Amino acid sequence: MAVKFFVHHEKDTVGVAVADIKAGETATGWVMDTDAEITVTALNDIPLGHKIALCDILAGDAVIKYGESIGKTTQAIKKGEHVHIHNLKTARW
Amino acid sequence: MTLKFMGYRRENGRVGVRNHVVILPLDDISNACAEAVANNVKGTIALPHHFGRLQFGRDLELFFRQLIGIGSNPNVAACVVIGIETSHWTTRVAEGIAKTGKPVAMFGIERYGDFNTIERASRKAKEFVHWASELQREECEIADLVVSVKCGESDTTSGLASNPTVGKVVERLTAAGASCSFGETTELTGGEHIVAARMRTPELRDKFMALFNDYQALIMREEADLLGSQPTQGNIIGGLTTIEEKALGNIQKIGNCMVDGVLESAEYIPPRTGKLWFMDTSSAAAEAVTLWAAGGAVIHLFPTGQGNVVGNPIVPVIKLTANPITVSTMSEHIDVDVSGVLRRELTLDQAADKLMEMIIRTANGRLTSAEVLGHREFVINKLYRSA
Repeated sequence: MAVKFFVHHEKDTVGVAVADIKAGETATGWVMDTDAEITVTALNDIPLGHKIALCDILAGDAVIKYGESIGKTTQAIKKGEHVHIHNLKTARW
Repeated sequence: MTLKFMGYRRENGRVGVRNHVVILPLDDISNACAEAVANNVKGTIALPHHFGRLQFGRDLELFFRQLIGIGSNPNVAACVVIGIETSHWTTRVAEGIAKTGKPVAMFGIERYGDFNTIERASRKAKEFVHWASELQREECEIADLVVSVKCGESDTTSGLASNPTVGKVVERLTAAGASCSFGETTELTGGEHIVAARMRTPELRDKFMALFNDYQALIMREEADLLGSQPTQGNIIGGLTTIEEKALGNIQKIGNCMVDGVLESAEYIPPRTGKLWFMDTSSAAAEAVTLWAAGGAVIHLFPTGQGNVVGNPIVPVIKLTANPITVSTMSEHIDVDVSGVLRRELTLDQAADKLMEMIIRTANGRLTSAEVLGHREFVINKLYRSA
């Protein structure tokens, strides 16, 4: 099956869509550093380049990408949800 | 195998990949003269800019570094400097460039007016063009290249593919003995600990963190909210959410390299070091590329996600993207398409092969998309207002 999202690092809690993913679609992802494949069912449309949650993430928790924190959630996020400016904010500025 | 290309070896031994005759105005009010000369004499390029009057202190020193550095860049064969007066600042710039050994001439407008100055400068520029046009390319080693890297209009595809492609190329270029430089102090926010850990010595780490903290202090002093400008709206459309995410994608461009030097803006990047140099730069594309051109970079690698179109008047800017939408909608701007990485048709090593090939072709004389399209963004960096 065609891979629809990439995951930089095995510890990441988000993947990046490399093609548009439709809500309800069970998409296959490729974990780049371990070469593993995983599947996640999308809860929203995830456009190319946008992030999909790989697990449930609590409100106020760090989101992990590249194995590093990329900011904190502003609300709880469910596995398969679109992760972007509506639910994730920088922890720096 | 040693990679070779055909370049221009200058009087001081430095190697250029272009052969420009530059008409360089010292100050804003000399732009009209410089542009008139460039219009009269084909084969020259004028570099109009907005500053050079009543600057002082560190800002003035940065101004001189930029003008002298641009004229001294090995992509420039010869240079005509035109200023309102020749007694002071114009002389400093012309003499600074002349230290390279390349032909430099200087003209002042006061006591002559534009017409007379344009005529005198045009005659000298014509002489320079005839001379430069007979210079021959000769075989050079890839170690002779000084290459800068900076991304723009980034999105998540930059962090996935085009930036790591550049990272692999930076590893290869430095291993081959070339000097490379990265910067974008502002856009390392969230990844600065990773860059700091790559500094070869504690002294370099302290110097880097001092520059980084200076920038953070500026934001605090101005009480600025960078949300809205970092990430940019283009970044956000492309899927980047936070500055941390942008920074972590950004630093993919340095691969696994250690950093062996920390430079001020527009400071000279020593050639043939086989090392990676950090330069304190803005993340605004034209400003940053201008600083690297002044530091002596002869080729710039520019990965883009959503499609930044920037160029530079004297340094070829090679664009690559991994975003298939950008490849299809903005193809005239893209020199290397690495979107195959997202379809797993291309490995990062194969993408790096493609970029290395384009670097050699560009060094040999192939014009980049930005050059063909006339992108000549030349932006003098300024630290604070003039007196």
